[in-house]
Amino acid sequence: MTGVRAPTIRKALLTGIGVLVAFFFMAPYIQMLITALSPADELVSVPANYLPSRFEFSNFITVWEEAPLWGYLRSSLIISILATLLVLVVSLPAAYYTARYRYRGRLLFLLLVLITQMFAPTALVIGIYREFVAIGSVFPAAGVNTYFSLIIVNAAFNLAFSTWIMVAYFSTIPVELEEAASIDGASRLGVLRRVTLPLALPGIITAVIFTFIAAWNEFVIALTLAQSADIHPLTVGVTTFIGQYRVEWQYLFTSSLIAIVPVVILFIIIEKWLVGGLTAGSIK
Amino acid sequence: MSQARVAPVDKPPAAAPPRRRRLPDLGPLPWIGPALLLIFAVVLWPTFEMARTSVLEISRSGLAKGFIGFENFERLLADPGFMGILTRTLAWVVIVVSVTILVSLALASLLNAAFPGRRLVRWALIVPWAASVVMTATIWRWMLDGFYGIINRILLDLGLLSGPINDWLGNPSSAFIWLMFVAIFVSLPFTTYVLLAGLQSIPKDIYEAGEVDGATGWHSYVSLTLPLLRPALLVAAIINMINVFNSFPIIWAMTRGGPGSLTDTTTTYMYKLAFQLLDVGQSAAMAVVNFGVILLFVLLYLRFVDWRRA
Repeated sequence: MTGVRAPTIRKALLTGIGVLVAFFFMAPYIQMLITALSPADELVSVPANYLPSRFEFSNFITVWEEAPLWGYLRSSLIISILATLLVLVVSLPAAYYTARYRYRGRLLFLLLVLITQMFAPTALVIGIYREFVAIGSVFPAAGVNTYFSLIIVNAAFNLAFSTWIMVAYFSTIPVELEEAASIDGASRLGVLRRVTLPLALPGIITAVIFTFIAAWNEFVIALTLAQSADIHPLTVGVTTFIGQYRVEWQYLFTSSLIAIVPVVILFIIIEKWLVGGLTAGSIK
Repeated sequence: MSQARVAPVDKPPAAAPPRRRRLPDLGPLPWIGPALLLIFAVVLWPTFEMARTSVLEISRSGLAKGFIGFENFERLLADPGFMGILTRTLAWVVIVVSVTILVSLALASLLNAAFPGRRLVRWALIVPWAASVVMTATIWRWMLDGFYGIINRILLDLGLLSGPINDWLGNPSSAFIWLMFVAIFVSLPFTTYVLLAGLQSIPKDIYEAGEVDGATGWHSYVSLTLPLLRPALLVAAIINMINVFNSFPIIWAMTRGGPGSLTDTTTTYMYKLAFQLLDVGQSAAMAVVNFGVILLFVLLYLRFVDWRRA
């Protein structure tokens, strides 16, 4: 009888399909690694080889000399870290207040934030560019081609996710808990610091990591506003490996992997909290 | 205290314990003011600037030369390639979103079942979601290279190609199919996760009750799962429509909308108009049209989703 063994066969079948699915999604990144480890002359063979004759691990070292990778990395870090801090400073109080009080215009504020999330910067890139050209003609330090412009655009468009997910977290913390602490003599800030914030920590961490990754991966605004190479972040910097006559694919993909691996790990950490924030309160 | 607290239990203000206050009550402004300021400065101002630019005559160097009404829009409509771009954009959104939803339904069911190694499959699915889209698109461009690409090698070994050289991205039709493929590839993880969350919120006993009524397997999927998944499906579909419509890096990294404008969508064409063809006025007109389309999607979303619950 198959009655006993059917679940085992089913599980084996599902695992088999799972392996194929995992391979499908990983395949481009495996190819990225193979290319990154290939000697340059082996990348120009017709037809292509599945694997190079030897792995050139030194590509991961020479790339730092061949390209201004430090500069790209530094720009990516400056933009992502400062945009994340700005988002945190701005959205934390807004989310806390919105979760705790029913003020006039509360729904309007939530609606405005939600709409911001829907309008990706791509849709507004022409307006954003013209705005920063205009600002730059008065205050050059805040116009196009400055870290400032990149930081505040990234912050503004990631504010929404952060605010929504933190409103959701703060709402789950019972008011009584804060009141109890305040009766015990804690000041308002003390209550926030010792009771509310620690309980909301998973939400705050999710918001921080998500904002960091979104700013790290942002492309169209950086392509438009960062005109000089010394403020190019990684996303724009790696495309400069695509020259007019030849492409240094091995360096392009060593740089890409350096950009991708850390954020994949960060993403896996926050995986289980993500969907709720991205779908803005629509799925429990 | 002028504002009533949000649940759990609303007490009448008089019953609230007296509170020592160090700061005067300015209402919500100190709390939400900075967020509003950021939204006004970086979202609302550019929206206004974009709309204003669309009715101005703008020189090639970017200077405004005065109001010209709807002339930018008329020039956009008269653009010989425009109808093709419009049709392609429609195909792009409809095909990418529907295929993504169908495949995600299958993937979500797979990940909702228990089997050894499921966690690793979930992690593999995260990679294209976390990785920079422009970098993902660039590796596909390399794999699709007409001379040195691995895809040609694989298809050659499978006997599906007659020769080793095949310029997938140089030919507009095959290029557009591959662009859609990559757009689906990067859209699948998020969609699958949303649908998986939907599946996990369906109580198991519903299926037991269904079995009593004779609903099993495929029948139970169609009559029970899909209707219960409706909210998640709607959310996934609308968010996808917005993302796919806005998608810029895939096309930019793989074909730049070329050859010519033959793989452009309205989003990449808007960019090209402003920053390659230096026609900012017409680009702003295109941007206003795009903005209208997204606004429509947003209204659909607000209509279907209970966002007020937060």
